[in-house]
Amino acid sequence: MPAVSKGDGMRGLAVFISDIRNCKSKEAEIKRINKELANIRSKFKGDKALDGYSKKKYVCKLLFIFLLGHDIDFGHMEAVNLLSSNRYTEKQIGYLFISVLVNSNSELIRLINNAIKNDLASRNPTFMGLALHCIASVGSREMAEAFAGEIPKVLVAGDTMDSVKQSAALCLLRLYRTSPDLVPMGDWTSRVVHLLNDQHLGVVTAATSLITTLAQKNPEEFKTSVSLAVSRLSRIVTSASTDLQDYTYYFVPAPWLSVKLLRLLQCYPPPDPAVRGRLTECLETILNKAQEPPKSKKVQHSNAKNAVLFEAISLIIHHDSEPNLLVRACNQLGQFLQHRETNLRYLALESMCTLASSEFSHEAVKTHIETVINALKTERDVSVRQRAVDLLYAMCDRSNAPQIVAEMLSYLETADYSIREEIVLKVAILAEKYAVDYTWYVDTILNLIRIAGDYVSEEVWYRVIQIVINRDDVQGYAAKTVFEALQAPACHENLVKVGGYILGEFGNLIAGDPRSSPLIQFNLLHSKFHLCSVPTRALLLSTYIKFVNLFPEVKPTIQDVLRSDSQLRNADVELQQRAVEYLRLSTVASTDILATVLEEMPPFPERESSILAKLKKKKGPSTVTDLEDTKRERSVDVNGGPEPAPASTSAMSTPSPSADLLGLGAAPPAPAGPPPSSGGGGLLVDVFSDSASVVAPLAPGSEDNFARFVCKNNGVLFENQLLQIGLKSEFRQNLGRMFIFYGNKTSTQFLNFTPTLICSDELQPNLNLQTKPVDPTVEGGAQVQQVVNIECVSDFTEAPVLNIQFRYGGTFQNVSVQLPITLNKFFQPTEMASQDFFQRWKQLSKSLGLVLHFLKKLILILRISWELESSTRKPPRSDACYAWSRTCKPRCTGSRCGRVRKPFLRDYVNCCQRSFSLEDGGPGSCVSRCLRLCRLSSWPSCDEHPRCPRPLPFGLDRNTCVWLRKKSSAWTAAATAEAAGQCSARVLRLPAACAAVDLLRPLTPPAIRGKAAPRGTASLCGCRGTLSVALLVKEK
Amino acid sequence: VNKQGQTRLSQYYNNLSIEEKTILEGELIRKCLSRVDYQCSFLQFREYKIIYRRYASLYLIVGVINQDVNEFAILEMIHNIIEILDKYYENVCELDIMFNIDRTHFIINEIICNGEIIDMNKTNVLKPILLMDKFSVKT
Repeated sequence: MPAVSKGDGMRGLAVFISDIRNCKSKEAEIKRINKELANIRSKFKGDKALDGYSKKKYVCKLLFIFLLGHDIDFGHMEAVNLLSSNRYTEKQIGYLFISVLVNSNSELIRLINNAIKNDLASRNPTFMGLALHCIASVGSREMAEAFAGEIPKVLVAGDTMDSVKQSAALCLLRLYRTSPDLVPMGDWTSRVVHLLNDQHLGVVTAATSLITTLAQKNPEEFKTSVSLAVSRLSRIVTSASTDLQDYTYYFVPAPWLSVKLLRLLQCYPPPDPAVRGRLTECLETILNKAQEPPKSKKVQHSNAKNAVLFEAISLIIHHDSEPNLLVRACNQLGQFLQHRETNLRYLALESMCTLASSEFSHEAVKTHIETVINALKTERDVSVRQRAVDLLYAMCDRSNAPQIVAEMLSYLETADYSIREEIVLKVAILAEKYAVDYTWYVDTILNLIRIAGDYVSEEVWYRVIQIVINRDDVQGYAAKTVFEALQAPACHENLVKVGGYILGEFGNLIAGDPRSSPLIQFNLLHSKFHLCSVPTRALLLSTYIKFVNLFPEVKPTIQDVLRSDSQLRNADVELQQRAVEYLRLSTVASTDILATVLEEMPPFPERESSILAKLKKKKGPSTVTDLEDTKRERSVDVNGGPEPAPASTSAMSTPSPSADLLGLGAAPPAPAGPPPSSGGGGLLVDVFSDSASVVAPLAPGSEDNFARFVCKNNGVLFENQLLQIGLKSEFRQNLGRMFIFYGNKTSTQFLNFTPTLICSDELQPNLNLQTKPVDPTVEGGAQVQQVVNIECVSDFTEAPVLNIQFRYGGTFQNVSVQLPITLNKFFQPTEMASQDFFQRWKQLSKSLGLVLHFLKKLILILRISWELESSTRKPPRSDACYAWSRTCKPRCTGSRCGRVRKPFLRDYVNCCQRSFSLEDGGPGSCVSRCLRLCRLSSWPSCDEHPRCPRPLPFGLDRNTCVWLRKKSSAWTAAATAEAAGQCSARVLRLPAACAAVDLLRPLTPPAIRGKAAPRGTASLCGCRGTLSVALLVKEK
Repeated sequence: VNKQGQTRLSQYYNNLSIEEKTILEGELIRKCLSRVDYQCSFLQFREYKIIYRRYASLYLIVGVINQDVNEFAILEMIHNIIEILDKYYENVCELDIMFNIDRTHFIINEIICNGEIIDMNKTNVLKPILLMDKFSVKT
C-alpha cells in the first residue's frame, strides 16, 4: 500500500492513513484517531528529544486528522520548532501546518513572527517564499503590524527573485485586505505599477491581482496602470500562440493573465482616446477570435478562450460606451444561448442580464426573447432555467411585458419548487411595473395565487391590496374578480385573504348585483372560514365587522356568527378577542361611530414595493438596482399623485400615519409661535416626568417603592439586610414636612452615619429642603429620626435623592434612594366658572392649536367609551380593554397588515390589569382607563416588535418610546391619587388630564414643555356626560 | 473530495472555525454530488459562488465569495491544477493526493496564494518541489 508514496515518504504516516482508510465505521475511525492522538501526545511530551524526521511525521499526521474534521489542540509548538529547522522539508511542513491550522488570533503568532523574520532576512528565495506564504495564509493583524513595512521593499527591490516577488505581491494583497490602514501608500506604488511590464508573466499576474485591489480603493494612485495594462493585453492578445511558451494554455495565450488585466481595466472608466483605440482593437480581436474555428476540440481550449471573452464582455458592459461592441457582444452571447455546453449557456444568460440594462444593447437583447423562453421550457438544468428567468425579468419592458408575464405564469405550473417563490415575486413585480391596464394586473395576480398559492408570500398579496386601495378605478373590478375567483370549489388561502380584504373594503361596489348580494358575499367567505388558518380567520372576522358597517341588512347574521361558541370561546386568544369586541362593537356603537371606526381604508402612502424589497433581500442588491429608476416612475402611475416616492428604505419606514383614528399623526405640526405669556398657563406637562433620573446609583427596587409613594405619604421607603428607611410625611399648600426614620436592623452600631439630601441643579431653585444633621452613631437595633422641612417654590419635575453613608463593621456602605417628593403633593383643587375656563383655554390654544385638535379626538374616544361602559353591566375586563384598544387603534392590531401581534397584546393586558387594580371603583376610573389605553395605543409596540410595520409616532425614536413606557406606571399612580383624594370627584378628573398630558407629551415640543407659564399648574379635565372641561390652576 | 463525500484536501483563504468548516464541507459535498452531468458546473451556495469539476470519482470544488468572478477562469484553473498534479505524480489519483498530503499542499501553495493565482506555468510551479525531492533523495 505505501507504494504510492513518493520520494522519502514517511512510512508511519502512510500506515496511519491506510489504517484510517480501512476503518469500517465512523466509530472505528474515531477510535483509531484517538489512539494516534494519544500516541503523538506522549511522543511530544516524552523526555527523548525527537529528531526532525519524526517531528515532521507527527505533524503531518496531525494535519491529516485535522483534515478529517477533528480539532487539533496541541502540536503547534512542535510545528513552530520545525520552522527554525534548516532542512527545507522540515521547515516546509512546519509552515504548512501553521498556515492550515493556526488562525489569526493564536498566541503563537509572536513566535511564528520571529521565525518568519529570520527567513525573510535569509535571502534564500525558497525560505523567503515559504515565509511570505505563511503571512498570506494567516494574515493576522499582528503579522500585518510586523511586516507591512517590510514587504513592499521586498516586492520592488531590484535583486529580488521572481518567485519571491510573486509571493510578496500576493502577501501584500492579503495584508491590505485584512488591515488596509497598516499598508502605507508610498513611492513603492509607482514601482509596483511598473511590474506590469515585467518579463516574467507570473510576476505580472501576481502584480495585477494586487493592483486591481489597490486601485479599487485608490484609483488615483494607480491611474498609470491603465495604459500599461492595455499595452500588455494587446501584446498577449496579438501574440502567436507559441510566443508565451508555458503560459499558453491549450492554444490560448495566458488566459488567466488576460482575465486579470481585463478585470483591472474594469476599475476605471474608458481611457483617453489614444489608449482607447488600442483597447477597442484588443476587444475586437477577442471577439473575432470567438468566431474563428477552434484550434482544438478539447473543452479546455474553448473554456479558456471563453474565459477571456466573457471578461472582455464584462469590460465592454462596464464601459457601456461603444454601441458597436455592445451589440457584437450581445450577438455573440446569443449564439452561445444555443450552444450545447451547459456552462456556456448558463454564463451567456447571466452576462446577457447585465447587457439588458444598457440602453445600447437592450433592444439587441430583446431579439433573443424566443430563445430565452425556449430555454426556460426545455433546459434540463434548473440553475440555467433560473438564469433564464432572471434574463426574462431583466429584458422585460412595457412592450413585451404581457408576453413575458404570460410565459412565466405558464412556466410556473411546472417550475421547480426551489425557484417558484422567486418567480412569483418576479411576476408580481413585472405585472405591477408594466401594468397599463390594472384589470390585467388584478387578473395576473389572482392567476398567480391560483397557480402557485403556496409560494405567494405575504408581501405579494399585501401589495395587491395596496394597489387596489390606492386606485379607485380597479376597486369594483377587483371586487368582482375576487368574488368570482372565490367561487371555485377549492381556492388557496391567500386568495381567501385577498378576497376577504377586498370584499370587506369594496364589497358594496358589487352588492347591487343580485348574484353577489351582501348575504351571498358573506356566505361565500364564511364557507371558507373553517378551512383557514388562524391569521386568515382573524382577517375574515375583520371583514365581517366591516360588512356590518357596509350592509346593515346582514348585521344579525354576522352577529350570530360572532356569538357562536366557536368564535366567542375560541381557543385562540386573538380570534376570541376579535369576536368578543366586534360583537360588542356591533351591538353597542351607533351607526355613525361604526362608520367612523370602520370606514374605508385611506390610500396607502406610496412606498417602495415590499415585494421588490423582498426580492432584493433574496438576491442581494446587485440584480435589482438597475430596475429602481423605472420602478420610481411607476410609483407615480399608481398613486396618480404628483409626488414620486423615493424608493429608499427610509421612505418605507416613515409612511405618514394619516388615517390613525386618533388622528394624532395628522395633527398640525407643533406650533412654533411664542409660548403663552399669561400666568397660570403652565400645563401639567412636566409634573411627572423624569422622576427617576438618578444622581447617584439608586438602590435596586427603589423605583418601585418610589412609585408607590406618589399616592401615599407614609410607609417603608427602603429596606435591606442592614437598614430600613421609613417615611411619614404631610403636605399643606406649598409646604410639607417629612419624617425619615433610619432603623438599624443589626446588632452592631453604624458609625459615621451621614444621610445627605441631594437636589439637582434644576431642582435647587424650585424646592427648598431643610434638615438637621443626625447623630453619626446609630446603635444596633436603634432607630434615628430626621425631620425635613419642604417648601415648594415652583413646579419641579425631579425628585431629590437621599444618600446615606455609614460604616458597618469596618465596611463602608453607601445607599441612595429617591425621596418621594413629587409635585402632586402640593396640588389643590380649584373651582372655576365655565366662561373663565374657556377664556383661559382660548389663551392657551392660541399657541396650542395642537392641544385643541387633540382634545377633539379625546372627546370622541371618551364618548365611545362612556357609551360602552354604561351599556355593559359587568364587562369582562380584559375584553373591554381590548375593545377600547381596538376602537382606538383598529389598524395596528391586524385589519390592515393582517398580522397578529400577540406579544404586544399581552403586554397590553398586563398594563391594563395593573391599571384596573389601581383604579378599581375610583371615581373617573373609566375615563382614565380609556385614556390610558389611547395613550398606550398611540405608542406602537416598537420596543417589543422591531418588525412592526407601524411607524413610530411623531418621529420619536425607539429609546424615547421605551422611556415613555417606563414612566407610564408612575404617572398612572400619581393620576389615581389625584382622582381618589385631592380633587373633587365630580368635576376634576385629573387622571384624564394626566393621561391627556401624557398623550400630548410626545407632541409637545420644548416650546410647550420648557417655557410654559412658570407659576401654577393647569390641567385639562373632562367629566362624564357633559363635555365641560375644567382648568385646574394652582396659583402660588 | 471523493464520491463517498470524504474530504481529501482542503485549503481555506479566510478564517473559519473548525465546526463551520465541517458543516460547510458537508453541505457543499451533498450539493455537488447530487448534480448530474448535464448540469452546469456553477452554483450558488450561501454567499459563495461554487465552481466544481469532476475527475472520475474526485470532485474539485472551489468556492468564491467575490460575486463577479470569471467562472471559466476558475474552471480552467482547476483543470490546470489537475494537470500539474498529473505531471508530478504521473497519472494522479485520489491516493496520491491523500498519501502525499504535504506535497499536494505544497504544490497548490505554489499555484495559489491567498486565493489568487501566483503562477500557472507548469515548469515554474514544479521547479521547487522537484528540487526538494532531489535534495531529500540525496541526503
